[in-house]
Parts: sequence; structure tokens; C-alpha cells
Amino acid sequence: MTDPLAGGRPLTSETVPQATVAPGAGASAPSAPAARPARQPSETVSRRREVIHFALRGRKILVGAGVLLVLLVIAVAGPFLRPGDPNAFVGPLGAPPSAEYWFGTTTFGQDVFAQFASGLTATFLVGLTGGGIAAFIGMTVGFVAGYRGGVVDDVLNMITNVILVIPTLALLLVVTAYLSARGLFVEAIFIGLTSWPWAARAIRAQTFSLKTREFVDLARISGASSWRVIFREIAPNMSSYLFLTFILLFGGSILIAASLDFIGLGPTEGTSLGLMMYNAVAWSALQLGMWWWFIPPGIGITAIVGALYVMNVGLDEIFNPRLRES
Amino acid sequence: MRRYFGRKLTIYLLTFFVAATIDWLIPRFMPGNPVQTLLSRSQVPPEAVPSMIAYYNNLFGLDQPFVMQYLHFWGALLHGDLGRSVYLSGAPVSGVIMDAVPYTLALLVPAILLSWWAGNKFGALAARRAVLDNAVLPIGYILTATPYMWLAIVVAWVFGIVFGIFPISGGYSYALEPSLSWTFVSSLLSHWIMPFASLFLVMFGGWAIGMRNMIIYELDADYSRYLKALGAPSGLIRRYAFRNAMLPQITGLALQLGVIVAGALVTEIVFSYPGLGKLLLAAVQNEDYFLLQGIFLFVIVGVLVANFLVDIAYVVVDPRTRVGMRGETA
Amino acid sequence: MTLQITDLRVYYRTLAGDVRALDGVTFGLADGEIMGLAGESGCGKSTLGNSLVRIDGRMKYVAGTVTLDGATLPISDNDQMDEFRFTEVSIIPQYAMSAMNPTRKIGRMVGDLLESRGVKFGDMRGELERRLDLVGLGADVLDRYPIELSGGMKQRMVMVLSTLMNPSLLIADEITSALDVTSQRAVAETLVEFRERGFVKAMIVITHDVSILYQIADTLTIMYAGKLAEKAPTRVITDEPRHPYTRLLVSSLPEVGVRFEDRRLTGIPGTPPSLLGPPSGCRFRERCPLAFAKCAQEPPFVEIGPDHSVACWKAD
Repeated sequence: MTDPLAGGRPLTSETVPQATVAPGAGASAPSAPAARPARQPSETVSRRREVIHFALRGRKILVGAGVLLVLLVIAVAGPFLRPGDPNAFVGPLGAPPSAEYWFGTTTFGQDVFAQFASGLTATFLVGLTGGGIAAFIGMTVGFVAGYRGGVVDDVLNMITNVILVIPTLALLLVVTAYLSARGLFVEAIFIGLTSWPWAARAIRAQTFSLKTREFVDLARISGASSWRVIFREIAPNMSSYLFLTFILLFGGSILIAASLDFIGLGPTEGTSLGLMMYNAVAWSALQLGMWWWFIPPGIGITAIVGALYVMNVGLDEIFNPRLRES
Repeated sequence: MRRYFGRKLTIYLLTFFVAATIDWLIPRFMPGNPVQTLLSRSQVPPEAVPSMIAYYNNLFGLDQPFVMQYLHFWGALLHGDLGRSVYLSGAPVSGVIMDAVPYTLALLVPAILLSWWAGNKFGALAARRAVLDNAVLPIGYILTATPYMWLAIVVAWVFGIVFGIFPISGGYSYALEPSLSWTFVSSLLSHWIMPFASLFLVMFGGWAIGMRNMIIYELDADYSRYLKALGAPSGLIRRYAFRNAMLPQITGLALQLGVIVAGALVTEIVFSYPGLGKLLLAAVQNEDYFLLQGIFLFVIVGVLVANFLVDIAYVVVDPRTRVGMRGETA
Repeated sequence: MTLQITDLRVYYRTLAGDVRALDGVTFGLADGEIMGLAGESGCGKSTLGNSLVRIDGRMKYVAGTVTLDGATLPISDNDQMDEFRFTEVSIIPQYAMSAMNPTRKIGRMVGDLLESRGVKFGDMRGELERRLDLVGLGADVLDRYPIELSGGMKQRMVMVLSTLMNPSLLIADEITSALDVTSQRAVAETLVEFRERGFVKAMIVITHDVSILYQIADTLTIMYAGKLAEKAPTRVITDEPRHPYTRLLVSSLPEVGVRFEDRRLTGIPGTPPSLLGPPSGCRFRERCPLAFAKCAQEPPFVEIGPDHSVACWKAD
């Protein structure tokens, strides 16, 4: 797991980092979305068209999206290709990949491919849910703190900083350890509740810079309530930034979930990629050379997260031409 | 500068306070008697249960009002008493943890320092040479997207099993007793090298990419453009860009600490390395919540201290903070 | 010193094609001349100024020659140009406020720069402090970080630094845009002072604010859509403009003492053409009240009076 590293990149003049970025505990990404000056609303429409045009052509984006699509297909097709409980004991014990069992079987004769496909589904769901919740909280906190300023900002800032410093995994450890039954969504919710701080900081900084723009003043003068201003004026001008932040949160959630699962604090039922690795290590798959058991889950996670990062960079290049190789 | 440190310390103290309180609160959210619940799930032999219950009731002060319990908790905490491990038959948690800490630190500290230094250097180089960039970039992204535990597994499997070069479990050979002999030390090292390398690689990727992007950003900044317009040689501009790019990397390090520590924990699990990670796994598997909570608190304190050290480093590197200006806003 | 620019073309590379920002510009500058370069946003004035110093990023040198004191300026070759930068040709950039490394003391930065150009900081220190004093900055500013200075102070520091090696040609790119009126005046006067004291031989002052130029410029050059429209001594431009664009520009300026009821300000309706695929013929055709059939042919930039050149068929 890594955090967005361009943490120091100033978003505007502030450092979430700087451009910065706001890497935060739990979120992972090589670089948080780069800061960029907001545009006038009138430019936004043609920009959007330009953006879509390049988005569909950018190699990084296509490669990243392609990988995600392949894995998504596997996840969705899994239950049809290999119906039944992925954890059921169906085959020979510890068999290497064959025509019948594409990814071989575990020590107990479970179909590794079925587990893999099911694990992929779990991974996507956790990423979506956890990332979504974190994005929601991060946006709420970030917008309010950035827009309101003053005491509200100070309080939210303090809360954000406190949660930011606490290592996410450590926090999740104590929280989930006491639950005797854990579900996938509970795990995702907890992840979402703890990994939002860096996003809040980043969004707050960006909101700050947008707040001083004329069109926001106009909206305020015309009597729009704060929420209206945020939703109608500020957020749309940050839409690319918000999207990139979500992508990073998505990836981050997946990595955190994998770690939780690996320690044994994942969902008590079902299967996940992290859980597969946990089992593999626990049952000496390493020493027994059962590489088909522990290699695929890791590749799955690396592929998804890597694809997300690459897409993030590709999209960032479009939105922020500076990083583009000319 | 005083304001800067003052603010940071406030946050850290507050964080510790909040974390410890959460730690204390959680078992009390469980229905029923927390001690009963905890003990009933653990694997303590039935004869020991009554005395354990008595001990923990006393420890928790469950007969006392909430507030008193809370103060009691803090009293114990400040004395370094983290409770007793159920799984390890009543050994003091703090003692157990302190036995494991040196191993974890031995992995973390060199891995962080080395990967940060090497990653930054590589990233800066990659920003300059397109050839290197084309190699570094994809490798860096893949490394940083790799979950720590999986890279550990791959490293262990490839070098430990397939090539059989290094051992893949334990802190040192099971056949040896700790001593100051070369055999022992080399055994320590050979058991250390793979988990270290695995940690190093994942972090390295991240730093390299981060630095590369930062350098590109700095090379395009106004002060770089101005120097170029005045005919300054690229060496000078690169020097300035590097120093300025380091600042957000330091901040990034502070923000990453939690994740890095988590990464170390799972890496240790893969290698059965006798650090906090292995202890953690045991705690979870044996439902030894006191040990778990102890590790949690310890990790929190460790991360906070490390954060503080990084803050100090930042002040040293960014001259603006010393002038009383906020070079870095929190 | 003399500066002679002949048919200079500098385009911008974009994914949609080449933007012909500077499309064939020819003029000369005499020793001691302060030339104001004015025009709307996007007319090419910044491109002109910047291309004389450094062509990089998306800019692309296409054609033309620039000679300074008889020697050709190798503007298309960034490495060779280094020799001329700072010592012969210098620039006060548009981003002067953020032009200094934020994490380096100003004095150290100046020292680094000078040493890297082969000049001992110690040798220049005295002169540097004298010039700082001239613009109203104390020598202690060298011990400060840029963040400790106000915008105006940073501007002045950059002005001193850019002219420290007494360049023959100085480009001042929108240096008053971010300042209040009093500071603008001070900066403008400082520029003239630099010329008087011989720190700089000739200057091109780029701005979209013509009123400043009236105060300090000897000659004014008006640009439109990548080409020169008119160049003449300042008084001539204000009193007897010949190009329709110049005339509209001049009349669109408020005059002190004239009230809104008496005479309305007229803007110039329309917008400049896209330079991605500029129209043939005179580029001002669309908005020109005097346009006629011949304007479909591009008018040459010809001299119609002493030091007075215009690109318009209707100029005489």
C-alpha cells in the first residue's frame, strides 16, 4: 500500500501538499491530482469536449481502462463459468493449473479460479463502496471547510488532521477485531470512514482557490445558499479533480481491504483476494511451491490498482498539460 | 517556528488522546460484560478464568463509574502498563511488544531511509533522461501499486524457495542462540534481507514516481523559467528544482508513515519475522484483544513520534519555516 | 546599439495545428530607444518579446532574423543563446512576482546566478547595492526570502537583477499589470532612469495598457493578430494615427477631463481572428470600418513618414 506521494504538491499555494496533493494515510496513488487553476464557466463546455476527445485517445487511459475491463469481465463471468460456492471442496488437493482448473486447486481442493473471480468481485465492491464513502465524506468536509472558513474550518481541520495521522490499518484493527461477524460492506464502510482525510484536505485547498473567483461572488450576491453555490458553481469546476480523487480513493480502499483480509480481519464469509493470500501463506503454499494459489490474487490487486493509477495519470495529464510529455 | 511545532504537537497529543480513547471505548460497546466476552472467546484454560476475570475486573475497574474507569485506564497507560496478554498466558503486553519492536524497527528504518533516498535520486534522474524515464515510470507504477504482502510473497517464493538463497521464516536460524558471534549475526542478516528488500521495493517505486513528477513540476515553475531566461546553466536550475521538490516529498513521507508501518506488519507476517506483524497475526488468530490493543497503541505512538521527527526534518530543510513564515501549511 | 528584426515568425505548436502567433514582423530599434509594444491579448506582443530571449515550450521558431549590434542573435538555438542572455539581452518577465526561488535567500540566488555565468558575486556586490538603493530597496533585501517581500518590492528586485549586467536590449513584459497606479508610475519612471543611467541601451516595453507607454515610450508599435499594424513616435501615434485599428484604440481610451455625457467611450466591436488558420489579406478586415476590396490583399508594412510605418492600404 502506498499513499499518493505527490503529497507535497501545492494545490494552490497551500500544501495538501503541493501540488500538491494530498496523499493521505490509506489512499494510494503515485500522485494526487495536480493543482490547477480553475476555469471560467464559459470555457468549461468546450473544455469538456476537448477533454473527452483526448480522454478517448490517451494511451494510458485506454490501457488502464482496458485492464480494468478485462478483470471486470472475469469477475462478472466467474459465477457463470464456475457456478457454486468458490470455497467448496471440488477438486484434487493442491493440483497445479490444468484444463479443468485453470488456476489449479488449493490444499483443500478448492478451485482457485473460482475464488479468484469471486475475490475480484469482492475487490471491486469494496473499492467502489469504500472509495465512494470516503469520497463523499471527503467532499463534504472539504467543501464545507474550504467554503465556510473561519471556526468551522478550524474545527474540521483539527478533526481531519487527527484522523489523518492515525494509521488507517491500526484504527481498523481495533474496530473490526471486536466484531464477531464481519461482512464485506461493513468492511467497506469502515474503510470509507477512515480514509477520507487526505481527500478532504485536497478538496478544501482547491475550494479555497475557487472561492475567490468572481463567479462565486456573483452567485453569492444573487442570494444563493452555500450549498447551492458549492454544488452549482464550485464543484462543477473541480469535476476533473473530484473524479481523480475518487479514483485514488477507490484504489486505496482496495489495498487497505487486502491488508485487512490478509491479517485475518476481513469478511468472515465469502472470499477475497487478500483472504486467498492469507490462506495460502497460512497453509504453507510457499514452501509447497503452490504458486498458482498465491500469485493470481496478487496480480489481480496489482493489476486493478495499477490500472487505476495509470488512468489517474493519464487523466491528470489531460487536465493538467504540464505533466504531459510534449 | 514555535507556532509551527506548537501546532503539530497539539495535533499529535490530541490524536493520541483520541486514539487511546477509541481504544478504551470499543470493548465497552460490546453488549454484556466486556471481560466475559473477551475471555470467553480466548483460549484460556478454564481453571485460569476466575483469576483472569478478577484481574481484569480490577484492571478495568468495571465496578467503578465510567469516569473512574477512564482515569484508571490513563493511569495504567502512563505507567506503561498495557495489560496482560491472554494468548501468551498472562505475560505483560508491554514486555511482549518491546521484544518484537527491535525487529520491526530493523526493517522499517533502513527501508524507509534507503528507499526515500534512492527513490528520490532515481526519480530526479528519470525526470531528466527520457530513456530512463520510459523504464522507471512503468516499473515505478507497478511497484507502487503492488500490495506489500504480495511482493513479500513473491520475493520469498522466488529467492527463498525457487532459488533457495535466503531463509523465509524467523528472525534468525532456529538452531542458533542469540550471541555476538558472526554466525548469529549473519543469520540475522540473511533472515532480514528479504523482508527488507520487499519493503524497500514497494516504497522505492512510489518515491521515484513522486519525485519525478515533482521535478517536472519544479522545472516548469516560474523561478526556473526566469533562470533559464537569464541564461543560467541547467545544472543550477536542476539543483534548485531538486531541493524544492524534496519538500513535498518530506511532507509525503509523514503522510505515508501509517501506510508504511502497515506494510511492514504484513510483510513480517509473510516471513514469520518476529516483529510486531507476527505478534499482530497471533493476536488476531487467538482473539487476544489486549495484545491487539497494546499493539495498536504502540503503533500509534510510534507513528506520532515518527511524524514529529519528519516535521523536524522539514524545518531543517525548508528555510522559510525558520524565518517565521509558514513554509508548509498543515 | 541597433536591433534589427526581419520577418520574424514564431508559431505555437498545438495538437490542433500551429498557432501563428507571430507571423512576419519587421522593424528596427535605435540606440537609447524605448519602444512600447501594445495590442490586444493574443496579438503576439508577448510572443515577440519572449522569442527574443528564449524560445521554448510550445514555441517554434519558423523564420526570420534578429541582429543586435550587427551580430545575429541565434534565437533558434537555445544553447548558443545562453551566451547572449542576461549580458546582451535580458527580460523582466510577466511573472516577476514569482520569479525568484522561494526557498533561497535572494542574495544567495543572485550569487548563484552570477557565479554560474562566470561573474564573481563579490565583484558585483557594490554595484548591486547601489542599484538596489536606486529603486528604493535596502541592501538588507538580499538577506530575505522572496516571501518576505511585497509584490512591488519583488518587482523592483527583479528589475534590478535583470539589468545588472547592463544588457543592450531589455524586454519588459507586462511589468505593470499587477500593480496599483502609483506603483505603476514608479516602475515606469525606473525604466526611464535605467536608460538615462546607461544600464540599458534600448527597451521594448510590452503592455496592453497604452497609457503607461504614453509616459515613457519614445516610439509605439501597435500589433494586431500576429502582425504589426503601426509604428511611430509616441506623439504621432496619439495625435495622427493612420491605421484604423490604432485610431479606434486611441479613441477608445478615456481622456482626462472628458465626461461620459460629453463623449462616450467606444470599444472596438468584434474579436481578433483565430491565429490557427488566419484569414488571408489584412487581418483587421472584419472589424475595420474602412475596409474595402483591396483589403483582401495583405497590406505591407511600409514607411509613410519619418519613422512612421503603417500596414494599411488606406494609410496615405
